Amino acid sequence: MLKTYEYPKFAYRQSDEQRTGKPRRHQAVVIGAGPIGLTAALDFARHGIETVVIDDSDTVSIGSRAVCYAKRPLEVWDRLGCGDRLVAKGVSWKAGKVFFRDRLSYQFDLLPEAGHKMPAMINLQQYYLEQYLIDEIARRDGVELRWKHKLLSLKQADDHAVLTVETPDGVFTMEADWVIACDGANSDTRRMVDAKFTGQFFQDRFLIADIVMKAEFPAERWFWFDPPFHRNQSALLHKQADDVWRLDFQLGWDADPEAEKMPEKIIPRVRAMLGDDREFELEWASIYQFACRRVDNFRYGRVLFAGDAAHQVSPFGARGANTGVSDIDNLAWKLKLVMDGDAPLALIDSYNEERAFAADDNLLNSTRSTDFITPKRPASRRFRDAVLELAEDNAFARPLVNSGRLSTPTPYLHSSLNTPDEAAFKGKMAPGTNCDDAPVSSDGRRGWFLNTIGDGFVVLTFGGAPAQREISFGNIKARVTVVGRDLIDAEGVLAERYDAQPGTTYLIRPDQHVAARWREFDPAKIQKALARAVAA
Amino acid sequence: MPLQTKANIADPDGFYQELIDSQRDLRDGEAELMNCKLVLILANHIGDRDVLREAIKCAGGAQAAGALRGNR
Repeated sequence: MLKTYEYPKFAYRQSDEQRTGKPRRHQAVVIGAGPIGLTAALDFARHGIETVVIDDSDTVSIGSRAVCYAKRPLEVWDRLGCGDRLVAKGVSWKAGKVFFRDRLSYQFDLLPEAGHKMPAMINLQQYYLEQYLIDEIARRDGVELRWKHKLLSLKQADDHAVLTVETPDGVFTMEADWVIACDGANSDTRRMVDAKFTGQFFQDRFLIADIVMKAEFPAERWFWFDPPFHRNQSALLHKQADDVWRLDFQLGWDADPEAEKMPEKIIPRVRAMLGDDREFELEWASIYQFACRRVDNFRYGRVLFAGDAAHQVSPFGARGANTGVSDIDNLAWKLKLVMDGDAPLALIDSYNEERAFAADDNLLNSTRSTDFITPKRPASRRFRDAVLELAEDNAFARPLVNSGRLSTPTPYLHSSLNTPDEAAFKGKMAPGTNCDDAPVSSDGRRGWFLNTIGDGFVVLTFGGAPAQREISFGNIKARVTVVGRDLIDAEGVLAERYDAQPGTTYLIRPDQHVAARWREFDPAKIQKALARAVAA
Repeated sequence: MPLQTKANIADPDGFYQELIDSQRDLRDGEAELMNCKLVLILANHIGDRDVLREAIKCAGGAQAAGALRGNR
């Protein structure tokens, strides 16, 4: 029981298929009702995929866990209907300070550009995120959450999987066209399909402590290397909702995880950090260690992996949950098109192509941060300390300071779904990149670009008056949106971010990524790019 | 520009003395830290990743994984 939050308890209900003993074939079964599984359920509901989520618990995340959510996942949750609520409850922040020993080494600003609906980063306890996603799911049709359901085994057939599931009423069988394994870093599903999960394990332990306190500290990320209150280790302070603060202490490999979890060990550490006069209450604590590794293929037959079940990173940089949400963003529309027979199975394999590429990018960033924060040998530590000492007075050394490179989406620049540019473009909206937001208005109302494009294929064209209202390939339709007619870019931000000239045309995927772009509106080229974007 | 491996320092004896003298009053740990700072300062001055990679190799360092992956 927390002082600031009461965990909800979700009712277990026996399903009809368990009661009758007649297995049903579901379109999608999601394993795990964490942030990624719940996001999958919501996105599948948006796309009209009939979905059952099973989870062996009956409540939300115990403890605040993930905490930091970046702009792109917030945009995804906004597409799914709960972005505003998350931002309203969360603590938006953009500044960070890095301390070395007793001195401020340097400070950074995430420099969020104006003209985006979502902030650069919010902090929010994971239980709120899960609760809000569950609330949103309750408002949708086609998704069933089944609590106290534990997957015991899984057997694959050619075109479906058979799941053996245990509940308080015993063991029963269900079937699924597709299984989405979102059951975390220790995924049982991964073991059931014999998937390899390899990488680097780090010999270090960290203590997370959430405390409740009234403090006037600004909403900034404070990171210490070798501070006087915690010598030779690192520490972190972050503000969350409800006056809860996240403290993170590196403990080293020799620390005894059971002893370190006790309040009598934690409270002196917090006092050393915050001073003896500061009043606080301990809310929750946990000890963690971590690895950087990923599954060898995101798809095993009819089983698809997402989130920590697919890739595990160090916590530095907030790359775990954030990148997991992008997995689902990438997968949901592909799954829908393949289920409906509108795109070939190869489209599902592009999920592995694009998200394994992103996972490798995250793993690289995460491993580099870890090597900086926890140097493996004295020589590396000297370089690390040299960087930190130089950073205080030398601007050149500051980019070398790595206390975690905060999560940003990885563009799929080499994806086989992209149509390469024929013409020159400035800016960063290259094929494979997630679309930048911008303030626009439509029907006389001010709003945001990403909200107007939604989650279908869109042909965005600047100026002109093309006769076509949509471009189609088979059953797949891309709605034509004309800037200047269907939406108004009064401030010119959209045109600037998309390097628009009269006639400039983008093909945008349902996950709001650029598939192709041209300097003119050419229906034949758009149709060809649309086919390519669905692996046809 | 490739790594300069021909003699390029005017008054080599003077430079060497200056380098050694600069660490005369430092303890071993401090001198090691100073060496690290010196490497970083000079590396930033050079900037060119190919030259730096060649220098690391010339100094007997292992080929870094980062070099193989490129500067992504």
